[in-house]
This record gives sequence, structure tokens and C-alpha cells, in this order.
Amino acid sequence: MDKFTVWTVILSLAFGSFGLRFLFIGLIGDRTLPDWVMRHLRYTAVAILPGLVIPLVLWPAGTGGEPEPARMAAACVTFAVGYWRKSVLLAVIAGAITLYGGLYLLN
Amino acid sequence: MASTTPKIAFLRGFRDGSPFFLVLAPFAGLFGVVATEAGLNVFETLVFSIAVIAGTAQFAALQLMSENAPTAIVIASALAVNLRMAMYSASLAPHFAGAPLWQKALAAYATVDQSAALSLILYDQEPEMSRASKMAYFFGVISVAMPTWYCFTLIGALGGKAVPESWALDFALPITFLAMIGPMLRTPAHMAAAFVSVVGALAFGGIPFNMGLLIAAILAMLTGAQVELWLSKKVQADG
Repeated sequence: MDKFTVWTVILSLAFGSFGLRFLFIGLIGDRTLPDWVMRHLRYTAVAILPGLVIPLVLWPAGTGGEPEPARMAAACVTFAVGYWRKSVLLAVIAGAITLYGGLYLLN
Repeated sequence: MASTTPKIAFLRGFRDGSPFFLVLAPFAGLFGVVATEAGLNVFETLVFSIAVIAGTAQFAALQLMSENAPTAIVIASALAVNLRMAMYSASLAPHFAGAPLWQKALAAYATVDQSAALSLILYDQEPEMSRASKMAYFFGVISVAMPTWYCFTLIGALGGKAVPESWALDFALPITFLAMIGPMLRTPAHMAAAFVSVVGALAFGGIPFNMGLLIAAILAMLTGAQVELWLSKKVQADG
């Protein structure tokens, strides 16, 4: 990765993220946002992450883009545990165990 | 408790925020490892965590950068992930109104999922808290999370090169994202948004420059908001 790209991304995200955080606390004050804006903002993270992750699961980079059972199983277990237990940490642990167990059994 | 002093509020925030250490330390460490694997040096990785201080957006940016997505798309996608910070900012603003600007700026910098969520819950439960106590509680919550995020990013970045390829770290990011998605699906509206995001990303995957992901995300966001609206109207009609 070239240095110019890395620093452009870091600095843009730094200023952009601070801007989003400072927007109301510092600039607009206690004027409230219209309901419809808040309603859309509530779904931003859940709107982008599933779409970002699905190609990574179906065509993983580590296998050169070939679907692979251990990674697929780890993905399913991670998601299921996260949904079931509402805990990011437990989901990561369960997913890692499944991935390493699967890779060990399949190799 | 109307008698709560800022000092007590700070300690209370410190106590409530301490458990986040357990979640944030491994994530920060992972970011350090994955970032150095992707080609960033230790200094760039640490500055990334200090300047942006938003794990999900940092991971998303890293993933898109290693896919060689155009820089503008990397930035737009990561900021889209961070749009919820504007929502937190709007929710916190009335509680911080009247505070000195430097305090507001510091609080804005420290607005993350954990500090916003805990603080908003408490302000809701104890509306009689003074502004100073509210601010102190907020900084108490973040006083553990922030140093944890920096330190473990650094530890991960320094240790990253020692990780062997057999650890399949290429899949650390997908697992991190998937683990975050599960707990987000609290309502049918969130589930509908996630579903549209997945279908959209696959359907528009062929669009160049990773634009498909942004299109899918916009459609998913509109879906979530619309489903929420329908459901709340349905509850009113039923009730």
C-alpha cells in the first residue's frame, strides 16, 4: 500500500469522524434532529457491514477466492453465537474455535 | 441522586466502563495485527487508532484498502459506517449544552458506541444529574476504553509480524464483522436492513470501484427506516 493512500485515508477518516461526532455536541447544540433523520441513522452500521462481509465469506481471500468449508462453518457459527448470545466477544471466540477446528480436521 | 458530585459520577463511569477492556483489548490487538499484515507500519497503525478511534470503520477501511478499492470509496464507506456517530452526537448534545468548548470537543472525540450507550442510558434514568456530573460520568466510562484501544493496537502492531500464516488471519476480519452483526439485529427493521444489504451487495457486486456496496447500504438503510415506520404504525393501529 503506498504511503500517500494510507495517509489520505487516515487523515480523511480522522477529520470526517470527528466532524460527525462534533456536529451536534459542538456546533448545532441542543436543537434536535428530525425523527426521519434519526430513523435512517439508526440503520447505517447494520446496512453496510453485512454487505461488506458476505463476499469475504463466500469467496475468501486466504484461499484465492475459492469457497472453503472451514471458513464457511466459522462464519455461520460466529454469526449464530453473536445473534443468540448478543455478545461480540463470545461470537469471536466461538468462530475462532470453529475455524481452527475445521482447518485442523480438513488438513 | 441529586447529590451526586462529578467526582462520584466519574468513578461510577469508570466502574461501569471497565468491563469494556475485555472486548476492546482483543479487538484493538487484532486491528494492530491485521493492519501491519496489510502493509501499514507500526506508526501508521497507531496513528490510525488514535486519530479515528472507531474500530468498525477502521476495520472496514482496512478491508477495502487491501482490496485496492479507490481511495474515495474507502473513505466514503468507512464514514458511512461512522454515520451513527452523528446520531450519538445529536442524542448527547442536549446533555452537554452549556459546557466549555474544549470539554465539548474532547467529549466529541471520545464519542464511541460504548461511551454513548452507557451515558444515554444513565441520563435517561437520572435526568436530575447536573451537567458537570453527566460530563464526568461520560469521561469515566471512556477512561478505560481509550487507553485500552491505543495500547493494544500498539501491542498488536508490534507482535503482528510474528504471526504465522497457518493462523488463517485473512479470516479474522470477516469473523470480527460477523460477530458485530449478530448483536445488531435487535428488531425486525434491523434484520430487514441486514438482509437487503447482503442481497444488494451480491446483486450489485459487479459494479466497478466497490460502488455496489454503497448502493446496497443506502437501500438497506431506507429499508430499515421504512420497516420501523410500518411497525410503529401497526402498533398504533393495533393499539
